[in-house]
Amino acid sequence: MVDRVKTFMRTAGRETAKSALAALWFMFLTFPIVVIKVNSLEGTIEWRWMRLVTIGVGVFVFSFLWRYLMARREQGSDGERSLQKRIAERFRSDRRVSVTAITALSLFALVFPFIGPIQNLLSESLGLHFFVQFSGYQTSIMISALIYVMLGLGLNIVVGLAGLLDLGYVAFYAVGAYFYALMNHHFGLGFWAALPMAGLLAATFGVILGFPVLRLRGDYLAIVTLGFGEIIRLILQNWNDFSFGPSGIANISRPGTFGLDLTIQGNTIYLYYIMLALVLFTILMVNRLRDSRIGRAWIALREDEIACQAMGIDKTRTKLLAFAMGATWAGLAGCIFAAKTTFINPESFTFMESAMILSIVVLGGMGSVVGVMVGAFFIILVPEYLRAFSEYRMLAFGACMVLIMVFRPQGIIGSARKTYMFKREPAAQEEEERDAASA
Amino acid sequence: MDYFLELFFGGLTRGSIYALIALGYTMVYGIIELINFAHGEIYMIGAFTALIVASALALTGMTGWSLLVLAALVAIVYSAAYGFTMEKVAYKPLRNAPRLSPLISAIGMSIFLQNYVLLAQTSDFLSFPSLIEEFSFMEEVTYMRSTELVIFVTTALATALLTLYIKFTKTGKAMRAVAQDKTMAMLLGINVNRVISVTFIIGSALAAVGGVLISSHIGQINFYIGFIAGIKAFTAAVLGGIGSIPGAVLGGMILGWTESFATGYVSSDYEDVFAFGLLVFILIFRPAGLLGKSTSQKV
Repeated sequence: MVDRVKTFMRTAGRETAKSALAALWFMFLTFPIVVIKVNSLEGTIEWRWMRLVTIGVGVFVFSFLWRYLMARREQGSDGERSLQKRIAERFRSDRRVSVTAITALSLFALVFPFIGPIQNLLSESLGLHFFVQFSGYQTSIMISALIYVMLGLGLNIVVGLAGLLDLGYVAFYAVGAYFYALMNHHFGLGFWAALPMAGLLAATFGVILGFPVLRLRGDYLAIVTLGFGEIIRLILQNWNDFSFGPSGIANISRPGTFGLDLTIQGNTIYLYYIMLALVLFTILMVNRLRDSRIGRAWIALREDEIACQAMGIDKTRTKLLAFAMGATWAGLAGCIFAAKTTFINPESFTFMESAMILSIVVLGGMGSVVGVMVGAFFIILVPEYLRAFSEYRMLAFGACMVLIMVFRPQGIIGSARKTYMFKREPAAQEEEERDAASA
Repeated sequence: MDYFLELFFGGLTRGSIYALIALGYTMVYGIIELINFAHGEIYMIGAFTALIVASALALTGMTGWSLLVLAALVAIVYSAAYGFTMEKVAYKPLRNAPRLSPLISAIGMSIFLQNYVLLAQTSDFLSFPSLIEEFSFMEEVTYMRSTELVIFVTTALATALLTLYIKFTKTGKAMRAVAQDKTMAMLLGINVNRVISVTFIIGSALAAVGGVLISSHIGQINFYIGFIAGIKAFTAAVLGGIGSIPGAVLGGMILGWTESFATGYVSSDYEDVFAFGLLVFILIFRPAGLLGKSTSQKV
């Protein structure tokens, strides 16, 4: 008993010392930038010691948590994975569970824009108060989130399936948006006519980008796509006669409603349903693509290029198709984005946007459709709802990205690889698990 | 001719800074194959630390070279510490993770550090004291400023020192071994984690040197400078062949000159278009960069 107390005390002492050390280190690290603020004009220095104390205490506490989580991760996250596996298993084996979940989700998605009015009605008639008051603003955010779901699913084809790291994906988004904006401005082209054309044009741009980068591998590809994205943005920004430069294009028409006249709120709801339908269409297409011949070819290309060619897959055609298919969704999303905001300028298409879309794919879990959706909602909704902490929100957001990656490197929802099994044997199951972990 | 020389030396200065940052990118990439997107932020933190220290010391009446050296030293120490910590927190736990995970972690780190400086200091441009004094012997030279000379000489010195370090010291040898084959290096008794830490420290210190020099040359900084410089330096590293140290310097210089001449003779609006256009053009003909080895794939 005494021994155990002794060991406990020793461990506790060691852990406290470690945390104290971490706290001291971070206090040293943040000292000049956080504490000193020089006002050169008046020749005064403001010392903000309180902040240092806050950081010290914060790091001290957080350091315990960090080490605890690390230790749990080191021990093997068996418990966690089996939980996720159990849920997945249940979804697969029991149709009722998945049907119920999907029905509930689709019902929620369908009535989402009307939650606000219903709440209003209830609070007026029954005097109820709600924790979150929904409004057109929520619907508008949800449209953005759905646009990003679409972008994420599109980029997932390029990065997740074909394994081509594309850091300039936003270029195709810009192509779609500017195509609709310019066509609408000059020729009065409507949304419904522009939508498929924007997709096609973006696909063409995808092939144009694809050709020169066919020979490049990995990170060389990444930087060239990044450069391509920047070139498109800079051209849009500086070629005033063509794109109206940094001031952008305003008064883009909203989607046509086939003769109906809608209020602004009605328009938002209408756009929401368009977006919902398009996302469903995207999910359907992406799923079908993944299981198709070409989808299998993409995955093979990602795994091993040489073996893939030896099996008779045309590398050029497969890669170009991946770029074109990925770009198509970005073009469509861009067209909707232009119709939603009715104003676009090059500022919406910076590299940061590409990084965000890539984060959606990786954070959610590469290659998995559900993962991409979760990632998109995380990336778009978290900064929106963190607005309460206004100035700290981006700080927290960056930290969240690091933390999720550190503690769940495979993404929030990792993708399970399709495996054909002859017979469910324990050994085979283990193998599948290992595959899923390594994918 | 003077105009040409002015552009030439302007490009050389820019190129030197790109090279200093690109060295960090290239070293890190060579060893753990990670595009460290937060490397530009280290450069920014170096510049900010130097600014804070320099303006605080300037209030005590200190001026001239001693101020520069002191501010630069503090900036180097702090940047190195940030680089070291960043690796421990955001990348080390991801050693065996899927390839793209550390990349996203790096993007998160970059967002975090930018907003950290934004919150702790300011979002405005701060004017950076010009720490480098004019040389008297440079008075007659119209096409080149003293700061440009200092930047160029410092870069050359730093690169030479780095090359010697990697070539002749024990740690340098260990670095090359880890870059070649991590598992084998481990089997031979090299402390891989230590080597990676040293790499981050050296890379960050070089970035800080670049940050201090360019800030006192241009005269103003804000929290966003690291992002753009980081992308450019990454471009330079890839242009020269990522993983290769002379490649990073060559890539930086070529990028600097391209931008400088494009600005001078065409239009400053399109300097980045030229830079990226050149990159695409070179990579089409040399897919592994100018000095990169195109490794044949094993089957």
